[in-house]
Amino acid sequence: MSTATSDNRPARLLARYMVLGLIAVIFLFPLVFMLISSLKPDRQLLSDSGSVRAFLPVGDISLNNYVAAFERAPVELFIFNSVLVTGITVLLTLVVCSLAGFAFTFLNWRGREVLLSLILATFILPFESIAIPLLMIATQLPWIGPDGISQGWLNSYRIQIAPFIADGLSIFLFVQYFKDLPKELIEAARAEGASWWQVYWRVVLPLSGPVLATAAILKFLLMYNQYLWPLMVAQEEGYRPVMVGLQYFFLRNPAWGEIMAYLSMITIPVLGFYLVLQKAFIASVASTGVKG
Amino acid sequence: MRARSRLTQSNLAGWSFALPGLALVAVFIILPFFVGIGLSLTNQRLISPNPAQFVGLENYRNLMGLSVLTIEPERDAAGAIVRDDAGAIEYPRVRTFTRNNPDYPHLQGMREWISWQSRENRVVLLASDVVFMKALVNTIIFVAVIVPVQGGLALVLALLINQRLPAITLFRAIYFMPVVISVVVVSILWRLIYDGDNGLLNNLLGLISFGLIPPIDWLGNPDTALGAIIGVSVWHSVGFHMVIWLAGLQTIPPSLYEAAAIEGASKWQTFRYVTWPGLRNTAVLVLIVITMQAFELFAKVDLMTKGGPLDSTQTIVFQAVERGFRTQDIATGSAISVIGFVLVLSISLTQRYLTRSRHE
Amino acid sequence: MRTITLGLSSVAVLATATSSLAQDQIELWFNNAGNPAETAVVERIVNDFNASQSDYEVVAQSFPQSTYNETIVAAALAGDLPDILAVDGPIMPNWAWSGYLVPLDIDQQKIETFLPGTKGYWDGELYAIGLWDAAVAMFARRSILERFDIRVPTLDEPWTLAEFDAALETIKASGEFEYPIDFGLAIQGEWYPYALSPLLQSFGGDIVDRSTYLTAENALNGEAALEFGEWWQSLFTRELAPGPSQDPADRETGFLEGKYALSWNGSWKALGAIDEFGDDIMFLPAPDLGNGSTIGAASWQYAVTSASEHTEGAMAFVEFMLKDEYIAAFSEGIGLIPATLSAAAMTENYAEGAPMHVFFGLSEAQAKLRPVTPGYLVSGKVFRESLANIANGADVADSLDAAVDAIDADIKRNQGYGH
Repeated sequence: MSTATSDNRPARLLARYMVLGLIAVIFLFPLVFMLISSLKPDRQLLSDSGSVRAFLPVGDISLNNYVAAFERAPVELFIFNSVLVTGITVLLTLVVCSLAGFAFTFLNWRGREVLLSLILATFILPFESIAIPLLMIATQLPWIGPDGISQGWLNSYRIQIAPFIADGLSIFLFVQYFKDLPKELIEAARAEGASWWQVYWRVVLPLSGPVLATAAILKFLLMYNQYLWPLMVAQEEGYRPVMVGLQYFFLRNPAWGEIMAYLSMITIPVLGFYLVLQKAFIASVASTGVKG
Repeated sequence: MRARSRLTQSNLAGWSFALPGLALVAVFIILPFFVGIGLSLTNQRLISPNPAQFVGLENYRNLMGLSVLTIEPERDAAGAIVRDDAGAIEYPRVRTFTRNNPDYPHLQGMREWISWQSRENRVVLLASDVVFMKALVNTIIFVAVIVPVQGGLALVLALLINQRLPAITLFRAIYFMPVVISVVVVSILWRLIYDGDNGLLNNLLGLISFGLIPPIDWLGNPDTALGAIIGVSVWHSVGFHMVIWLAGLQTIPPSLYEAAAIEGASKWQTFRYVTWPGLRNTAVLVLIVITMQAFELFAKVDLMTKGGPLDSTQTIVFQAVERGFRTQDIATGSAISVIGFVLVLSISLTQRYLTRSRHE
Repeated sequence: MRTITLGLSSVAVLATATSSLAQDQIELWFNNAGNPAETAVVERIVNDFNASQSDYEVVAQSFPQSTYNETIVAAALAGDLPDILAVDGPIMPNWAWSGYLVPLDIDQQKIETFLPGTKGYWDGELYAIGLWDAAVAMFARRSILERFDIRVPTLDEPWTLAEFDAALETIKASGEFEYPIDFGLAIQGEWYPYALSPLLQSFGGDIVDRSTYLTAENALNGEAALEFGEWWQSLFTRELAPGPSQDPADRETGFLEGKYALSWNGSWKALGAIDEFGDDIMFLPAPDLGNGSTIGAASWQYAVTSASEHTEGAMAFVEFMLKDEYIAAFSEGIGLIPATLSAAAMTENYAEGAPMHVFFGLSEAQAKLRPVTPGYLVSGKVFRESLANIANGADVADSLDAAVDAIDADIKRNQGYGH
């Protein structure tokens, strides 16, 4: 199969679209199932769930589940927390990891090689495997707040943010991307007397759109979907993110309609965001991927 | 120091640019990892009034201990082998060797993991921790299956999407969509889809096979559960790798395809001699990324099967969390994490070595 | 729920900002976030208590139950426990042994009439007290039992093993149901040891040897346990009950929709069954499988932590909770069995002659605590895995042996858990 196909006879064209469409259905049906189910009362939802009715807005259709979900749990608080934690982490990741990537790529300093391989090695560590020691450390960390110095980071936004700002993968992405930037630009800027900071800020960052987008997307997906860690560190309701909030619906009697409504509510914003930006989204993942 | 450094040397700038990232990685990733190694050498509990003691490599021995036992058949008074009604040879039960048997103290508490027949004897591979062994094997199977399957399907999708057709970007967007959905959401939805009695998947299979395919209890059957989880994993992230492949495809110069067309190459030949060689770098990237992600399998297992049925979906990371956190045995949990790390490290070094040598 | 919590915290902020320093804040954590009825009762008690005195101010924080224990362990690890917390009965000894709870210093007379399952004792001391208990019963329908000519069991004369088995076979043979009985294996977690270990006990086995609490040998893999295991497995090979992969949805609705003829179920599900079947519904006692009839006891209770700097106030609050009106309110809100008969009389469902009063009798006559040991945290989980494996076809003796080994190894690693 080549990039360009001139063979556009109607029958073959139809066949191509059928194949594409069929695959699209495979990727779409669980989401349609979720959205449609969120409109149905529990009993009907469950009895419909095995047949084609699961995909049809038939029977007793209403937004009651959404109303009930808001009554059961502070949904908007959970979404706010998730968005806040995710947003701040993404922003800080971009700054911190691009700076590190810059240092590893363009600057020549003592310890560079060793530290780079050490950092790259960390990205094969699954977070779950360091979570508990990290929890123990988090309880010992000092913090300077308005009330003076205190110990322990639990029950805060910072404990949900700080461990995820810098990671091997993000730094790796920046290093890979920066490697392919034309060296002459940097040398020229240095020759004109620009400081390293100016080179970073005025020359390199403006050229780094795709890698910034990729790092942001990957971090966004990681952060918005956190569930084991916030369970451990966010005791107060005020700090709980969306995936912890989901547990409010799994009670002695799970309310499936409300669960579907809640899942829809925490998924639709992300999907919407994705669909609006999908071109840039995919292009940036692709452009960084190819550099690997 | 700075006076002596060469012109190109910029220690101060280098360190200050890298410092925030280095410090964060050191405190939040490397330090906990070393704390974990330390814990794995003790009998520390998550919460307990007993003080922790240094136990050396005991946790590792308890996890990795293996032993082989050859069991001779039961014989009657005349020395003939006893057979059951179906003619199969009867053996004494393994538990007679592993439970309070003074002649086999080294087998105390071990369990049968795998067994096979060797002439009239039965050879049993015993493990001190069968669940962990299964977790180890399941993880390796998961990786070994998902790397080619997901990588291959992603390539097929990328080839399909790489056509010039109206509205093709719409399909591309749809195929990528599951990637942005939370694993929690995905797992809950697929649990309902996989349901053994009345699930969507079973009803669909029944419909297209005109009832020939009986309902399968996908997540409840030890033979299908791991496969079902592989299925969800592919569904969830194949779009991501499709995009990486797609990017690779688009770097192949169209002139090569034109040349192939002039020489009358078939579609397969074009793929084999033009497309595939052009994708080598991409292939390495896809291979490494899928392998890494596959080793981290945790959330889907936690949300869909909890390691069951019959430990058929236990994985290394799931066991680490299960023991380290949920049963509060942080020492064993840490040892599992360390073993997992060593495994992934050696595999990724091997991969890097293999793929590098091919380039040169 | 949200407005209440936010309201409370703003009250707390105001309180710390404006009120005198004399008022100490007491934090209370409980396990039913997402359950507005229960949260409302807790808030009501908190408000009443805060209004009743001026030394302390109680602030409540609710948590989702499905991840509650994990959250508490993380908080304990971080040294971030509240003053008062809810604790699941069988987990209490673990937290008490770990030093996170202190014995309750409350007026013993106030709890004299409480159901035994509501009192959490460890090491001879009362550490936790519950305002309700739960019970498990055989949910059945009179019409179905009559149709198949199955005797209605009573507390004095429960079904025997043979009778129970025959009833299941009879129902199975009719082909009218997907399964004759549902044990709710779809519910992971505490349900298995809570609802199913009594069946093992009814055979004469147990999760651990309660005479020493130092081993599970014989209790979990002796003759009685092996017999239980074989019978348990046969329930699934004979297709008398749905296995561990049961759809959670079927657990919810299967009995109500007539897919299952019987359901081994908790008192908190009774209301739904009454709504569906009215007079036809019966809540039958556990069968006697050879060694007496048993059901699990102890539900969620309240305890005071060692982290509390205001133990007196915390104790005062716990004591304040033990009023019949609150006990009744909880029962009305969440459908569980009130801790006292006098509170039961104030409820719609548990009063004498009301449809769920029978649970009070079951609880009194058959309830037995799960093993009272810090090791239960692990042994309960091991038991669950073992039972699920056997239901899935694993070799019975091997599975139970493996469970015994796992439990014994854990006890050893914990130096006997203080027994």
